[in-house]
Amino acid sequence: MNKALKIVVLAKQVPDTRNVGKDAMTAEGTVNRAALPAIFNPEDLNALELALRLKEECADSTVHILTMGPHRAADIIRDAMFRGADGGYLLTDRKFAGADTLATSYALSCALRKIGADLIIAGRQAIDGDTAQVGPQVAEKLGLPQVTYAEEVLQVKESLLVLRRRLERGVESVECPMPAVITVNSSAPEVRPHNARLVMKYKHAMIPTEMAAAADSLSAQMVAQRDYLQIVELTSSDIVCDEQQLGLSGSPTKVKKIENVVFQAKEAKQLTSSDEDINSLMVELIASHTLG
Amino acid sequence: MANFFLDNKDLQYHLEHPLMRKIVELKERNFSEKDLYDYAPQNYEDAMDSYRRVMQIVGEVCGDVIAPNAEGVDHEGPRVENDRVIYASGTVENMKAVNAAGLSGLTLPRRFKGLNFPLLCFVMANEMVARADASFENIWGLQDCAETLNEFASEEQKMKYLTWVSEGATCAMDLTEPDAGSDLGAVMLKATWSEERQTWLLNGVKRFITNGDGDVSLVLARTEEGTTDARGLSMLVYDKRNGGMKVRRIENKLGIKGSPTCELVFTDAPAELVGDRRMGLIKYVMSLMNAARLGIGAQSVGLCEAAYREALKYAHERRQFGKDIIQFPAISEMLSNMRARLHGARALLYETSRFVEVYKQYTHISHERSLEAAERQEMKYYNRLADAFTPLVKLFASEYANSLAYDSIQIHGGSGFMKDYACERLYRDARIMNIYEGTSQLQVVAAINGVTKGTFMEQIARYEEQQYTEAMQPIVEKLKALRARVEAMVEHVETVSKEAPQFKDFHARRLVESVGHIIITYLLAQQAAEVEEYASDAKLFAKLTEGYIAGAEAYILNSTAEDVALISEVQEQF
Repeated sequence: MNKALKIVVLAKQVPDTRNVGKDAMTAEGTVNRAALPAIFNPEDLNALELALRLKEECADSTVHILTMGPHRAADIIRDAMFRGADGGYLLTDRKFAGADTLATSYALSCALRKIGADLIIAGRQAIDGDTAQVGPQVAEKLGLPQVTYAEEVLQVKESLLVLRRRLERGVESVECPMPAVITVNSSAPEVRPHNARLVMKYKHAMIPTEMAAAADSLSAQMVAQRDYLQIVELTSSDIVCDEQQLGLSGSPTKVKKIENVVFQAKEAKQLTSSDEDINSLMVELIASHTLG
Repeated sequence: MANFFLDNKDLQYHLEHPLMRKIVELKERNFSEKDLYDYAPQNYEDAMDSYRRVMQIVGEVCGDVIAPNAEGVDHEGPRVENDRVIYASGTVENMKAVNAAGLSGLTLPRRFKGLNFPLLCFVMANEMVARADASFENIWGLQDCAETLNEFASEEQKMKYLTWVSEGATCAMDLTEPDAGSDLGAVMLKATWSEERQTWLLNGVKRFITNGDGDVSLVLARTEEGTTDARGLSMLVYDKRNGGMKVRRIENKLGIKGSPTCELVFTDAPAELVGDRRMGLIKYVMSLMNAARLGIGAQSVGLCEAAYREALKYAHERRQFGKDIIQFPAISEMLSNMRARLHGARALLYETSRFVEVYKQYTHISHERSLEAAERQEMKYYNRLADAFTPLVKLFASEYANSLAYDSIQIHGGSGFMKDYACERLYRDARIMNIYEGTSQLQVVAAINGVTKGTFMEQIARYEEQQYTEAMQPIVEKLKALRARVEAMVEHVETVSKEAPQFKDFHARRLVESVGHIIITYLLAQQAAEVEEYASDAKLFAKLTEGYIAGAEAYILNSTAEDVALISEVQEQF
């Protein structure tokens, strides 16, 4: 019997840059967030699936989402609850605005100190920034070991995890003590669908700000009666932090110029004639609408 | 990234019907479970919101998982290994997805871990699944067997089997045998009571059993030694985990190839009696069959949707003579007629579902408390409508599935005849729909009384009295005239039948289809009053109706008792 784990999944709500239309960029060359639907960052969904599988394996474990963003980012916490997460934390404050990866990981790590976790799991990177820095930075700030590019948990033994990592030239199995930070690759299993019973159970879940805005709604009444429907809202005053290190003031990154770069040459990729490789190529071509 | 609910406005329309308020109130018993289960709705709006959300989940699983797997499933098919069925790998994936989405036990009560959704939602889910892969609908849709257990089984049996179905157990209904197809009264599989083992034991063979290796099987068996007809048959429930049943073979079929159609051999297989002895065929299987017919109605409409979409897509992509072929009236005329038939069949499907739903809910409530006089009246009213409309929807939808699949290939031209396009699979899959769960010919037999005894005409009279928009008035006037003409046809058939009894059977299909056409046109005209886009469907369907009835009328009114001889000739030949 594995011990119960307290798992926190770091997730981000991002503009859907996969299906960009012609109005996806503003005249200034920045991402036009209003024109793109806000979605659950794809690799964070892989991270959620990994967390949910661990929850099934280790009885009495819990999975919570931690996300930093505007109020509407509560949507991805609800989305995760519809798939099996127990609840979540929305880190939201104007003081967090304009954060680069350093300020983001600082705020997240402060929140994580407050929440506490045996295991922190994040997607490798977000599709709007593609930095892959936040997960590792959180690990460094918390002084925890980290395993990046993970795609499967092979074994859980006491407070030790065995994971498979997907690297450029192959796979690697590593052992890691907990608590730890794991970042998950898109090659990991796809996330499970919304579950009908969970959707009905959690659809009224809200953060306090949403409740205040819709005080007379059925949802607000339900949240008041049922604790599990409360999504925790954390502001900078709820966490122990140095305000100078938050948001714009905590962000040394300065964007000089943004350019819309069109790749001329495609990235090279080596495929063997194995069924697996051909299959994955087919899946990729269909997903990119090159085929079908 | 496709969603078969969100991309289908017609489906969404049918979820929002004024009668839904009544249906939800009956189904939720005034929301008595709102604080007992964390997923129970608080009120009507809350319930409707849940239905929409869950239909969206179904739509997503259908679009993202089941539909992309359909071609592979069709090619791979299931197989038998060590007397057990192994599903195609795509089917296994589909099963995993629907279970992860928690879509089992959709209509079952919450105390058996079900979602307690209205039948209408189940029908809608079946339709979407069938659009994605008709063969998977066969497997998934069989969870409806649990509804028959819910109606007739003991509390103990319900607790065991219904809960299991809600957790994802698959079902089968083991009715037919080599010598008992449409004529189920001839079933020979034996059930004998074993004093020693204190259980019923099944011995014999079942044939053409869809998903025959399912976890829970409802078996029609002969419990009464020495009998040879329907009165000696009982219904038993068989739990696969108890052993005693082997899959001898899987049929090699023209279509729905992903659905395993099994020949089963029972050897001292233990089973439990459901309800009363001797009531197996007379009562329980009749109920099971009615539900199954509605299920095939849903499967057929789903196939119509798929066939129409494939054709529409191709017509917009294919260029000939310098333009997309959709620009040619010969093609757009076909597609418009396809759409009218698709929307017409769907209108009839959900109208029927609502009738069945109200009737069934009153039946369940009558087991909990005695109904008041008004409720009893209403139950009787909806029961009559449900019985009349169920064969009608099975007949129309399954025939349309075939005609739409046929037209879909036609629009694809030579390419449609190749294995490269989905329309060829749809064409093969559709072919069984007007055969199984009662052929079209048997649906006519089941529906003709509704024509001659007044049920349909009374309902048509109610449709006449409803409010229609001005644009629909000419259609309503036309339909009134058509009804009078059909009544004259019925009268002629009844009169001649007195001297030549076969005369009624000779013309039955024409009468049933005439009435069906009128009903569908009314339903579309009503929809046009709410959503303008249905006006062209209603107008087109009215023309199909008028044309059909003119043909049927010419045939029937020019027909005399002597015509029966025309069909008896083949009876003697050969």
